[in-house]
Amino acid sequence: MQKIYTNISQIAGDVIIVEAKDIGYMEIAQVYTRRGPSLAQVIRIEKDRIFLQVFAGSKGISTGDRVRFLGHTMRVPSGVNLMGRIFNGSGKPLDNGPELTDNLIETGTPSVNPVKRIIPNKMVRTGLPMIDVFNSLVVSQKLPIFSIAGEPYNELLARIAVQAETDIIVLGGMGLKYDDYLYFRDILEQHGALSRSIMFIHTASDPVVECLLVPDLSLAVAEAFALEGKRTLVLLTDMTNFCDSLKEISITMEQIPSNRGYPGDLYSQLASRYEKAVDFEGAGSITILAVTTMPGDDITHPVPDNTGYITEGQFYLKNGAIEPFGSLSRLKQQVNGKTRDDHRIIMNTMIQLFASYRETLEKQSMGFQMSDWDRKLLNYGKRFEESMMPLKLNVPLEEALDLGWKILGECFKPEETGIRKTMIDKYWPHGKD
Amino acid sequence: MRKAKITAINGNMVRVSFDSLVVQNEVAYILHGTERLKSEVIRVRGKTAEMQVFEGTHDLKVGDDIELTGDLLSVELGPGLLGQIFDGLQNPLPELARRGGFFLKRGIYAEPLPDKKKWEFTPLLSPGSMVRPGERIGYVPEKIFRHYCMAPFNLDGVYEVANISPKGAYTIKEPVCEIKDKDGKITPVYLSQLWPVKIAIKAYVEKLRPTEPLVTKMRLIDSLFPVARGGTYCIPGPFGSGKTVLQQLISKHADADIVVIAACGERAGEVVETLKTFPEITDPRTGKSLSDRTVIICNTSSMPVAARESSVYTAITIAEYYRQMGLNTLLLADSTSRWAQAMREISGRMEEIPGEEAFPAYLESRIASFYERAGVVRLYDGSTGSITVGGTVSPAGGNFEEPVTQATLKVVGAFHGLSRQRSDERKYPAIDPLMSWSKYKSFIKEEQLARGHEVLRRANDLAQMMKVIGEEGISLADYVDYLKGDFFDFVYLQQDAFDPVDEATSGERQAYVFDFIYRMVLNAEFHFEDKTKALHFFHTLRQHFKGWNSMKEDSDEFRGVEAEIIKIVSERTVKNRQD
Repeated sequence: MQKIYTNISQIAGDVIIVEAKDIGYMEIAQVYTRRGPSLAQVIRIEKDRIFLQVFAGSKGISTGDRVRFLGHTMRVPSGVNLMGRIFNGSGKPLDNGPELTDNLIETGTPSVNPVKRIIPNKMVRTGLPMIDVFNSLVVSQKLPIFSIAGEPYNELLARIAVQAETDIIVLGGMGLKYDDYLYFRDILEQHGALSRSIMFIHTASDPVVECLLVPDLSLAVAEAFALEGKRTLVLLTDMTNFCDSLKEISITMEQIPSNRGYPGDLYSQLASRYEKAVDFEGAGSITILAVTTMPGDDITHPVPDNTGYITEGQFYLKNGAIEPFGSLSRLKQQVNGKTRDDHRIIMNTMIQLFASYRETLEKQSMGFQMSDWDRKLLNYGKRFEESMMPLKLNVPLEEALDLGWKILGECFKPEETGIRKTMIDKYWPHGKD
Repeated sequence: MRKAKITAINGNMVRVSFDSLVVQNEVAYILHGTERLKSEVIRVRGKTAEMQVFEGTHDLKVGDDIELTGDLLSVELGPGLLGQIFDGLQNPLPELARRGGFFLKRGIYAEPLPDKKKWEFTPLLSPGSMVRPGERIGYVPEKIFRHYCMAPFNLDGVYEVANISPKGAYTIKEPVCEIKDKDGKITPVYLSQLWPVKIAIKAYVEKLRPTEPLVTKMRLIDSLFPVARGGTYCIPGPFGSGKTVLQQLISKHADADIVVIAACGERAGEVVETLKTFPEITDPRTGKSLSDRTVIICNTSSMPVAARESSVYTAITIAEYYRQMGLNTLLLADSTSRWAQAMREISGRMEEIPGEEAFPAYLESRIASFYERAGVVRLYDGSTGSITVGGTVSPAGGNFEEPVTQATLKVVGAFHGLSRQRSDERKYPAIDPLMSWSKYKSFIKEEQLARGHEVLRRANDLAQMMKVIGEEGISLADYVDYLKGDFFDFVYLQQDAFDPVDEATSGERQAYVFDFIYRMVLNAEFHFEDKTKALHFFHTLRQHFKGWNSMKEDSDEFRGVEAEIIKIVSERTVKNRQD
């Protein structure tokens, strides 16, 4: 029943038009070219003119090539057999393992009914004090990592993947450098996390259309696990490449661009992916961390801007560390009152003092004289930067809080911190000072 | 039934060809296998029409049949709306969850109002009475309100009641009354009626000028940039500046009978918080659950775009319905930018010539006609009802020059601009007093208010100056002026959202405290030896005020602190400027 069509009437960009009948919108087709077969997806239908977005790109396609329609929308295998496997943006294995065809599920499933969501209330421990103590990550949260090019965002992502408390890790790479892909694979392997990971990798040299599929494949797989009760963590890097691919395709399709060439539906496109983050009532969860590189460190660029409106805060990576100012976890209040009774106090006090430290640094750089208090702050700031901020830490929250008290105790007198007496009595190191 | 067939598919838009006729904006169903997908005709050209589909369009094929209904997109208005959570097309989400599970499967629609539930009807008219559209025929109790059953809004002229049901229990499907026109044609009246969402309900005598304040219990809003009952306001702000939190608090505290919340294209998580916490919060005005006076229309960012476009209309139509009962309703739309983007997406698919930033050319007129549905009206029985509309705007890049913000500012009566700087400084609410404005009248005396604004402006100028020339560079008198503004901002404009008392300040208390601050601080002249003393004085004052803010106004503590503040201030006061 699968008919083969050979009349390709237009090839422009990575979109071809083939004349065919009785084809479903968003259906998948196989295009047989001289470079081998490639999948393609229907993105528009005009009577019998079918617009196909070719995953492998249109290079080398001839007007006489065969197109076979498969009669279904994009599918991806799911289930435990995927654990430890690596695929490309079309869902083909990259790790020399067998192709999987069981438990095929559709990608791009409908939106979750809001009444079936629960209010987020569980913390994801990552072992990084800048996250756990100051901007706790919460199950079902969607958080981007805003970063400029050159920052160690992939290292951060890999570290979170290895250290975070979660059942399944799904890594979606978009426009990754090949080295970065190998880096992720090796790190996960070294730390024994590969067996609970699934990777969908699109490298910078792969066709642009495959980049578009990576978030959908990753999230569809994660969703299937979440429905089975698993806590899944989806790591996406880099969403700016995804948006640039969207831009490329929409311009090929002669859509009117809205802002800096990006399509008018950029917000909806991003939202339909990020909103997959969920804590199901009576099942598992999906938490999303996504790198968004900011061209020119410009937060008003359409990609970080639209992302910021969708996500629940952001981690802001700067000078090799998670910047305490500018980073925000909007959901942290839901969890940090239930960890240890000094969590919020340490969080607020240390950040306030760190802000004073930054002011002092500014004063220092302008050549003002340093007072005793300024020197205390400088000492504190340095200690804070050395022991709380590095991205290579792996300390449990409680130890990080103790470390916080230790630093405060070494740098200040109790009354200088503004912490209330009862907490000082309970936690201040070296007795009552 | 008229039919059509699909000829082209592009995203959520399909083109169809038809033989007979089509009606602009009529609802049509796409028949795909066993599925029936709701859509709306949005453009007609020759023998083809374009329709926006309120669902995902995957798998649809050229040749699929279309059923044209002839009805415009409508909502059902009747008892049972309060406390509900609907999607943008008025499907109750809990019912969809019962049928579809975790996901919003396409093509599943549910009745908006329970049709089996019996309502205790009390007639207000008797046979022979004359009624006009929108006039009350009887009522049923709904939560804490008397829910009036009204003559259908779509009638024209005066009708005579032919017969009316006696007091008793009826469902929304049973006629409770029959009315006849001058030709003797009988029209049945039910407890519920349908109304097309994109058309305003106009069954009233006249529209009045909004003059009464709508107290939101936010000092910064009520005192400085007030909103009037029946007025409109907008809250633009960059992401993370607290738009949604502000709207949530207003929905809790505002002095309105009914609050309709349109969560339009925003995060699902925030809606979840509202819909899970509201039933448990007690409304201080009624003593009942907050959800008893709330209707939530929820079309979050990942739900279909075309339904997002309709959701704000669904919301305002429900607000208009309760206004017809003489109630004061408040519509909160979060965010109107997502609604505008939905229009942009659909316009793009129709290949219309774009305006600025690819928004359609009719963006401004659509925004204007939406806000114009707000207002205070006098109903036929002499009572008044109102709709106040508050919309958040999410400007791209936080830049207020963009088309949606600009189009909105032209038509609203108050502008509460949030700034990133104030939210970064953890100032709540982050409404910037220097750029916001309101055309409505505040309950604060005019000269006091003018002084308040002046103090803030002056303090800001001085703060800018100090950044350049340092604290040493300005005179002591200027420094005191700066401290006054800083003090006013800190103790009056900012509120502690986590303090049960400070979270919401009544209108009376605002007037009292404003007057107090005006006399004691803003309009007073102080004497200080030097800047350090001045700073110390204002810090002490600030601390006392902060404590004062979190004390109940009828308590002894409140009066105690007040006396103490008077004492501290009088030690430093030279004289009051005028009196």
